[in-house]
Amino acid sequence: MDDLEAINRDVDTNASKISARHVQVHYGDTHAIKDVDVDIMERSVTAFIGPSGCGKSTFLRCINRMNDTIDICRVEGDICIDGEDIYDRNIDPVQLRARVGMVFQKPNPFPKSIYDNVAYGPKIHGLARSRADMDEIVERSLRRGAIWDEVKDRLHEPGTGLSGGQQQRLCIARAVATDPEVLLMDEPCSALDPIATAQIEELIDTLREKYTVVIVTHSMQQAARVSQKTAFFHLGSLVEYGDTDEIFTNPKDSRTESYISGRIG
Amino acid sequence: MTDITSEKAGPGRSRSTTELVRQGLARRNRKQKLLQGFGIAAILFALSMLLVLVGSLLSTGYPAFTQTHLRLEVFVDPDKVDPDKLKRGKYEEMLAASLGAYFPDVDMSSRTASREVTQLLSSGAEFNLRDRVMADASLIGKTITIKVPASDNFDQLNKGLIKRDTPEENRRLDDAEIARFDTLDAAGVISTPLNTTLITSADSRFPELAGLKGALVGSFWALLVCFVVSFPLGIGAAIYLEEFAPKNRLSDIIEININNLAAVPSVVFGLLALAVFLNWFGMPRSAPIVGGLTLALMTLPTIIIATRAALKAVPPSIREAALGVGASKQQVVFHHVLPLAMPGILTGTIIGLAQALGETAPLLLIGMNAFITSAPTTPFDSATALPTQIFIWADSPERGFVSRTSAAILVLLTFLIMMNATAIYLRSKFERKW
Repeated sequence: MDDLEAINRDVDTNASKISARHVQVHYGDTHAIKDVDVDIMERSVTAFIGPSGCGKSTFLRCINRMNDTIDICRVEGDICIDGEDIYDRNIDPVQLRARVGMVFQKPNPFPKSIYDNVAYGPKIHGLARSRADMDEIVERSLRRGAIWDEVKDRLHEPGTGLSGGQQQRLCIARAVATDPEVLLMDEPCSALDPIATAQIEELIDTLREKYTVVIVTHSMQQAARVSQKTAFFHLGSLVEYGDTDEIFTNPKDSRTESYISGRIG
Repeated sequence: MTDITSEKAGPGRSRSTTELVRQGLARRNRKQKLLQGFGIAAILFALSMLLVLVGSLLSTGYPAFTQTHLRLEVFVDPDKVDPDKLKRGKYEEMLAASLGAYFPDVDMSSRTASREVTQLLSSGAEFNLRDRVMADASLIGKTITIKVPASDNFDQLNKGLIKRDTPEENRRLDDAEIARFDTLDAAGVISTPLNTTLITSADSRFPELAGLKGALVGSFWALLVCFVVSFPLGIGAAIYLEEFAPKNRLSDIIEININNLAAVPSVVFGLLALAVFLNWFGMPRSAPIVGGLTLALMTLPTIIIATRAALKAVPPSIREAALGVGASKQQVVFHHVLPLAMPGILTGTIIGLAQALGETAPLLLIGMNAFITSAPTTPFDSATALPTQIFIWADSPERGFVSRTSAAILVLLTFLIMMNATAIYLRSKFERKW
């Protein structure tokens, strides 16, 4: 309990990193996100929970404009990172996605070597000046992904040959290789076994020191374990948002309470 | 009490389920066996048809792989060839003199008598001798040994395709001609070596001189042009349609029309090429460049459809991964999607090219079925292609072309099998798992 309070104090001193106002998302005729307002704190872990199809992944994908790649998807409202509107005309999604890394539900390493997987982002953005520079970036990223020790002797073997948990940590290393400010995770553990899940969760906790992490999860236990703030989505609306221990111990909205106690979901 | 009844009902119900399943099981198994039987029967039928096809081609085609030759000792008479005009020498007379030695009772000075003997030789024989002498003028005044092809009728006789027991009036060779052939055979002049002419020379009116070189080179140029045009165009179109084009009514119409184009009869493409390339652009008739462009029109839809399918088969997770680290759409396509789709694209392309190699109708319309006796050196020269050469030979009345047609079909099939084998090899080599 003391630990939690310490974390809360920590969060309270942080500034807001991402702020969303009146966000609406339509998929064709479906109104997927209804008027969501949320402020995500810097250097903290924010969890999005809610039943399937509630729009939590959709909202996450708005933060790096991944929804732009879907033709029928329309996004309205404002999302600002550090006060800058990411849906502004002058912002190129490519530039944005270098700042906002993403980890997906299913581990999806490129069918290339481990080294090339991590080096790809820095390479296309021109972040490394020399080969040695790139080696350093790859090592640093793999260390941040907590997988360096396991792969340092086989950097040139294919990334697809790793186990599921290792692949997912490789994907995290790949996402942090471009030195983003925000890390989005879309159910990063749903395809993993409990041991790999525990490793990833531990990793997320350390990533908080450097990055603003937003994680979508199906598992309420996971949200409670890794996050400082939790947002509960239901049917496209943000029902409740607050400190994680508040949400889990003392939810204000009856729908949140029902979901947490397992009555809806 | 209620507990006991429910316990009894439980196993009882499950037994009846098992019973029901068992009753239907025999019928289900029978149906499955029947389906398997049909499948095996279909495959056996297809295999036997293939065997019949290849068997009949081999049995009619194999005589064309050898050619009857005569080995003659020829005196290169200085009186009959002027060293300054080697091309104009009277080589035919030298050959006649050499041949006459085997028939002491024939008066070789008489034109008709001499003609009866020399018709054993192919009309191309004198050119063999001429080429030898032109290559080495020092042979003049010497006696050289030379192998020259026999004419078609005697070739057929030697291979047993003209039967000796046919009544003389129905036979293409009379008894005297057969007797002369036997005289030579007894003298050890006749041999039947491998017919290299089939590959090394171009078309001819005389079967014993006709070969596929012109058709092979023509097909090669046409396919090269077809590949160079259709591969980049097809991939470009497919990438745009699959990855960049907005999904709207216009792109739907384009997609439907590409699928329709793939089903358009090839002769229509021939008519189009005739109207556009030949009549409008004034490109050369019978040229592989036009043939290649025409075949490219036909192959394009195949390549576009195969490429789109291959691009679609690349899992979306790879695209998301690349987009997620900030790759632009173009980088996603060229760094990740295209390399992963390459095996499928190559397979589709090779199959499209194999189709183009066997295509006849459009080439007939642009004049690639002309009678051309030299192999093309550039794509702009007149040429035939393998399928049109088969068409020409199948239409020729000389007996020798019957077996040569089958032999040419076998050559075409060999190339098709090689291309398809390459496609399978490339697919297995570059296939990646993810």
